[in-house]
Amino acid sequence: MEWSPIAKPRGAVRREPCLKDYEEARRTFSWDQAAAQLAGLPGGALNIAYESVDRHASGAARDRLAIRFLAQGADPHDLTFGELSAASHRFANVLKQLGVKRGERVATLMGRVPALYTTVLGTLAAGAVYCPLFSAFGPEPVKARLGLGAVRVLVTTDLFYRRKVAPIRAELPDLRHVLVVRTPGAGDVPEGTTDFDELMRTASPEYEVARTSPEDYALLHFTSGTTGKPKGVLHAHAAIVAHVATARWVLDLQDDDVYWCTADPGWVTGISYGVVAPLACGVGMIVDREEFDAPRWYEILDTQRVTVWYTAPTAIRMLMKAGVELAKARQYPSLRHLASVGEPLNPEAVVWGVEAFGLPFHDTWWQTETGAIMIANYPCMEVRPGSMGRPVPGVEAGIVHPRDDGGADEVAQPDEVGELALRPGWPSMFRGYLNEDERYRKCFRGGWYLSGDLAKRDADGYYWFVGRADDVIKAAGHLISPFEVESVLMTHPSVSQAGVIGVPDPVAGSAVKAFVELKAGQSASEALRKDILAHARRQLGVAVAPREIAFSEQLPRTRSGKIMRRLLRARELGLPEGDLSTLEGAP
Amino acid sequence: MKREELAAKLLAMVTDIAPDVDPATVIPGIDFRDQFDFDSMDTLNFAIALHRELGVEVPEAEYSRLASLDKCVAYLAGKVR
Repeated sequence: MEWSPIAKPRGAVRREPCLKDYEEARRTFSWDQAAAQLAGLPGGALNIAYESVDRHASGAARDRLAIRFLAQGADPHDLTFGELSAASHRFANVLKQLGVKRGERVATLMGRVPALYTTVLGTLAAGAVYCPLFSAFGPEPVKARLGLGAVRVLVTTDLFYRRKVAPIRAELPDLRHVLVVRTPGAGDVPEGTTDFDELMRTASPEYEVARTSPEDYALLHFTSGTTGKPKGVLHAHAAIVAHVATARWVLDLQDDDVYWCTADPGWVTGISYGVVAPLACGVGMIVDREEFDAPRWYEILDTQRVTVWYTAPTAIRMLMKAGVELAKARQYPSLRHLASVGEPLNPEAVVWGVEAFGLPFHDTWWQTETGAIMIANYPCMEVRPGSMGRPVPGVEAGIVHPRDDGGADEVAQPDEVGELALRPGWPSMFRGYLNEDERYRKCFRGGWYLSGDLAKRDADGYYWFVGRADDVIKAAGHLISPFEVESVLMTHPSVSQAGVIGVPDPVAGSAVKAFVELKAGQSASEALRKDILAHARRQLGVAVAPREIAFSEQLPRTRSGKIMRRLLRARELGLPEGDLSTLEGAP
Repeated sequence: MKREELAAKLLAMVTDIAPDVDPATVIPGIDFRDQFDFDSMDTLNFAIALHRELGVEVPEAEYSRLASLDKCVAYLAGKVR
């Protein structure tokens, strides 16, 4: 089906956008200009926490709302920029007292509660590196990431600690301190941990923000590749330049906005656009502790008078399933701009925004490695449903064919599929994979950063997502490594081999499906299937574990013994099986 | 169906989706997600199972009424024969 572009005639947008003329901005913009808009610190220093909070806390915005926390059955809890600054300084002092040095890593494993936000900003203010962990990870992903990151301090809750950290604590020699937020009625703090709130109470709210250089590391985000360990993506304080510029242009954040980013801070969107960018723009934001619930979300949009909403395809598709009538039962006169990220937004969902809210969803594309939005649909530009949009001013994108000799050929022809690539040099580009220089270097070919996504560009410069160039799975917007899942499945006593693929899911985009081959003498049964699923969920957590497990007599392997996920996928989906010359047993 | 019978059936359906959960430890009055990891995709699968096994169609707008065992029983008691 062909989808018509959604035009934006003059006067159609509810307010003059920050980015008025895309072509003009592409011609004239420079990142130096954007950097000059920031406050900075003496001596050319730049610190994300200072730009996000302290610069506002020391000026006219001191008493303005920074974050409003919502939770079921509780009154909203508001923090002003002044209060957020004081709390983050307390945490920076806690780190100092614990002997944490600049550049050392501090991680969180918790839901969307105030302590998380304080920890992010306090860690950055102290010049340490902040590392988020998704709270639905199980002990295995937590162990892998804390270990690889050599994390010194972990902030979590007593309940998460008991379930996800205590069983693996002994295997983490670098983890010196665990601070826990206590749950009422859950008893004393677990052995080997310290009470977060008690440390905070006695710490001073005065702290001089570390004068980090723009190139000092600030953030460590773990992401998944096809093979091997999770990749520790490092970002520098300079990333804030791109966070602010893109938040203005793409999300159109303006001073008096009420902004709601539904992404969890366990992932890069929830940090870049759920903590630092909106704060740095001086905008008040909503944080909801609860899980997705359609009526609740509409109530928040309505009663909190949200003006700009950044959400994800899986959530939009769940809202669509709940029916447009539910959306229309309320009115949203304040709502001005809708954007989406995490996976490609299907055209139906873009157009559904118009039906439900009178506004289209604006899809955006970026990755953990790019640190900030790279390709987007803009308020000032027509939306082509199903397209990720056009590159952000200051970013040069291309479609390329990588060559074996280390070069890459750019595709000039419109609509030809190739790998989506970017010219390095934007401020939020990752500075490396932690301890893996070779893996980092392999991302670059012929002067391009290769994204691993296949895409095409139409004659007008709009980009269209086609698929992944590798086997990683995008489930509900989360990148999942088949290797990480297979490794845990193979630790089950009855499993000898496992192959993990993504299968299409109408809501989550893809769902993780595992095929397992049993050890000799084991036979497939419903009880065993449930036991393997239980093992996977316990070790990996619900965000990573397969939703479906199937038994396989013999998984397809290459002659060298590698499981052929591509073939598993083709068979599952009834696709052509392609070149089988490397298949074990092939003639 | 008696309430106890319904509760047992629902618990079996929840632990079928989340077999990592020991049914004996589930506290009926506390939300599933506060006791163990049970995310919105699990809830969706739970609603599908309710339809398949009990013939009850739960509209998405009412998923929050499936958040704990007690809430499920209260919500479904009148709908299941």
